[in-house]
Amino acid sequence: MSQQIIVAVAVLGVLGVLFAVILYFVAQKFKVVEDPLIDEVAEALPGANCGGCGKAGCRAFAEACVAQGSLDGLRCAPGGDAVAARIAELLGCAVEQGEPLVAVVRCNPSNCAGKRLSHYDGLRSCAFEATVYCGESGCPNGCLGCGDCVAACQFEAIVMDEGRGVPVVDAERCAACGACVKACPRGVIELRHKGRKDRRVYVECINREKGAAARKTCANACIGCGKCEKVCPVGAIAVEGNLSYIDHTKCIACRKCVVECPTGAIRDVGFPAPAVKPEAAKVAEAPAAAAVKAE
Amino acid sequence: MKTFKMGGVHPEENKISNEAPIEVMPVGSQVAVLMNQHLGAPATPVVQKGERVKVGQLIGEAQAFMCANVHSPVSGTVLKVDTCKDAFGQPKPAVYIAVEGDEWMEEIDRTAEVKRECALTAAEIVAKLKEKGVVGLGGATFPTHIKYSIPEGKKADYLVVNAAECEPYLTSDLRVMLEHAEEICVGISILRTALGGVKAYVGIESNKPQAISVMTQMAATFEGIEVVPLRVKYPQGAEKQLIQAVTGRRVPSGKLPIDAGCVVSNVGTCFAVYEAVQKNKPLIENILTVTGKELPSQHNYLVRIGTTYNEIIRHSIGELPETTGKVISGGTMMGKAVVNLDAPTVKGNASVLVIGEREARRQPETACIRCGKCMDACPMGLEPYLFSALVKGGRFEEARVHNILDCIECGCCFFSCPACKPLTDEIRLGKNKVRALMAAKK
Repeated sequence: MSQQIIVAVAVLGVLGVLFAVILYFVAQKFKVVEDPLIDEVAEALPGANCGGCGKAGCRAFAEACVAQGSLDGLRCAPGGDAVAARIAELLGCAVEQGEPLVAVVRCNPSNCAGKRLSHYDGLRSCAFEATVYCGESGCPNGCLGCGDCVAACQFEAIVMDEGRGVPVVDAERCAACGACVKACPRGVIELRHKGRKDRRVYVECINREKGAAARKTCANACIGCGKCEKVCPVGAIAVEGNLSYIDHTKCIACRKCVVECPTGAIRDVGFPAPAVKPEAAKVAEAPAAAAVKAE
Repeated sequence: MKTFKMGGVHPEENKISNEAPIEVMPVGSQVAVLMNQHLGAPATPVVQKGERVKVGQLIGEAQAFMCANVHSPVSGTVLKVDTCKDAFGQPKPAVYIAVEGDEWMEEIDRTAEVKRECALTAAEIVAKLKEKGVVGLGGATFPTHIKYSIPEGKKADYLVVNAAECEPYLTSDLRVMLEHAEEICVGISILRTALGGVKAYVGIESNKPQAISVMTQMAATFEGIEVVPLRVKYPQGAEKQLIQAVTGRRVPSGKLPIDAGCVVSNVGTCFAVYEAVQKNKPLIENILTVTGKELPSQHNYLVRIGTTYNEIIRHSIGELPETTGKVISGGTMMGKAVVNLDAPTVKGNASVLVIGEREARRQPETACIRCGKCMDACPMGLEPYLFSALVKGGRFEEARVHNILDCIECGCCFFSCPACKPLTDEIRLGKNKVRALMAAKK
C-alpha cells in the first residue's frame, strides 16, 4: 500500500519537474518585454478612450508617449495640463503648457425653427442630408441640425438647441477631443482657444457666398465686408473667400470687431457686458445733437 | 413577356399626362445656365460679360475627361459669369444671359424634315456627340461620348435602348416616341454605327401599347432595330435590369454594362443624338412632363435649358396648388425634391412633378420586424435591412463585403418596407462612407 503511494508521488513529482522545465524555456522563448512605464502613464490618463489624440485609445497614447520619450506632438485634451504634467514627471521630460481648447459652433441661423425654408424628413443624419441638399435653413455651408456632433460627443458636452436648430457646446464639459469636428460634414465646428477668463471672440458663420447672396440666405451671415479686418489692432482677422476668420492665437479679445460687424456675425462669449461702440456711447449721451446731425 | 428576374415592385403608375402632346414653352427674359449639368467636373466658361451669344453657341467647354460641353440655349448678352443656386440650394458656377430675340447659329438645321442618311464613321460620331454636349437623358446625365468610346479589349454585342419609362408619372419618353419615332430610329442607327453595327433592342413596357405599335412599325423600316415589349415592373429602366430583361445577360457585380457586351442609352438620348449628328443641334432643350394629381391640367413641354422651375409652373398651371407638399424633379421613386424653385432646369430633367402634402409626407418609422420584404423587393439581390444595421453601427467594412456598392438606389426597399424605415437613405449614406474609406485606403 505504502509503495503505491510512493510511486504515485514520485511519478507526479517527476512530471511536475519536467513540465516546470518546459514551461520555463517556453516562457523564456516567448517573453514579451513591456516597459512598466506604459502602465504607469496609462494609469495617469483619464481612460475615456475618446480618440481625440488621434490614437486608438488611452493605452495606445501611453505606448506612443513612452516610445517617444517625450510629449512632443502628443496631447491628451480631456486630461489637460494636469495630466500632461503628471506624464512629463513620469517620463522625466519637459512639457509645454498648451492653451486649453474648446469646441465652437460657427453657425447662428436666422432661419431658425419656425422660419425654416424647407422641411427635411429624410434620414436623421447630417452626413446624409449634406449629400442631398442645402438644408432646412437654406444656407449651403451652415449647420444642418440633425445632430451628428451630439451623437459623436462622449462627454455629453453638446446638446441640440431645438429652437435655433444648432448645437450648443457646454464649455465646462467639452474635453476638446475633436470628435464633433470630425463628425460635422459641413465643418461648422472648430476647436479654438478657450481664452483668458473663458472670454473668446469668433465669427459665428461659415457662409462663403458673396455678400448679397449671403445676406439673402441668412440675416446673421458674414458678408465678407472686411470692416473687422480693418478695425483689428493686432491683425488677427483675415477675410478670405467672402468669409472673415479670426486667428485665435493672435486675438486679444478687445471686441472692436464685434462692435463693427454690420450683421452681428461676430460672437463674444464670456464677457460681463455687451460690447458698445465708443461713438454710440457718445450719441446716447447727446441724443438731441445726433438728431440734428441726422437731419 | 420579358422582364428582369429578381425583385422589383409595382408602384401606382399614374401616367396621367400621357395624352398631352409636347408643347413648346416660350423663353423667359433671362436664363442662368449651370456649368455642371452632367456627371463629372463642371465645364469651364468660355464667354465673358457683355459678349453676345446665339442659340447653340458654346459657352462652357469640357476640359476635364469626365465632362461635357455646355451651349447657350438662348440668344442675347452675357450678363455675368457667377454662381447660381441649383435646385437643391447649392451654389454652382453658371453663365447668366439676358435674352434678346431668338437668333440661332447658322450651322443648325431647324427644318422639320427628317434626315435618314448618315455617312459618318464611328470616331466622327463620337467626336460630334462630344462637340454637341450630348449626355444621357435617362437620369444620370453620363456624357454620351465617353459611353460610346469603347475601351480597348472590350466589345459591344448589343445596343439596348431604354424606353421602359418605369418611373411613375413620367410621360416625356412616351411623348417623344409617339411624336418623333422616325428621328429616334435614325438616332439608334447612328449609335449602332458608333458601336460597329451591333443589333439594337428597344425595351418598352407594355403599359405603353401605342408607343410599342408606333415604334415597331417605324423600326421595321430600319435595319437591325427590334422592339421588345416588357412586362410592367419597376425598376425596368435601370440599366442592369434592362439588360437582363432584354438580352438575358447579367452584368457582374462591380462591373459596367460593357463587361456584359451591352451599351444602354435612353430613348430621349437617341433623339438628342439624332439632333446633334443630323441637325447639328447641341443639347439645349429638355422634354419635360408637368404633372401631378392635384394640378388642373397635365402637360408635356419642350423647354430650353435654363428656364426656371417657377417659370415652368407659371406658364403651365399659373401657381402651385395650396396643398402642394413637394415639387419633385424626376419620378416619385428616384426623383429629388426641389427646394429652390428659382433654380434653372438642367440637361436630363424629365419632369416637374407636384405631389400633394398628404402623399408627400413620410410615415413615422417603426422597428424592423424582419419580414424580409426589402430583400424580396431588391432587384440587385441585396439585403437592405442588414445594411441599415451595419450603417447605423458604423460597420462600413462589413457593408462593403456584403456588396453595398452594388445598390442602384432604386428605392424598392423603402417602398416595400412596412416599418417605413428610410432604408435607401441609409444605404446611400453607407455607400458614400464606403467609397470614402476605399479612397482613403488608396
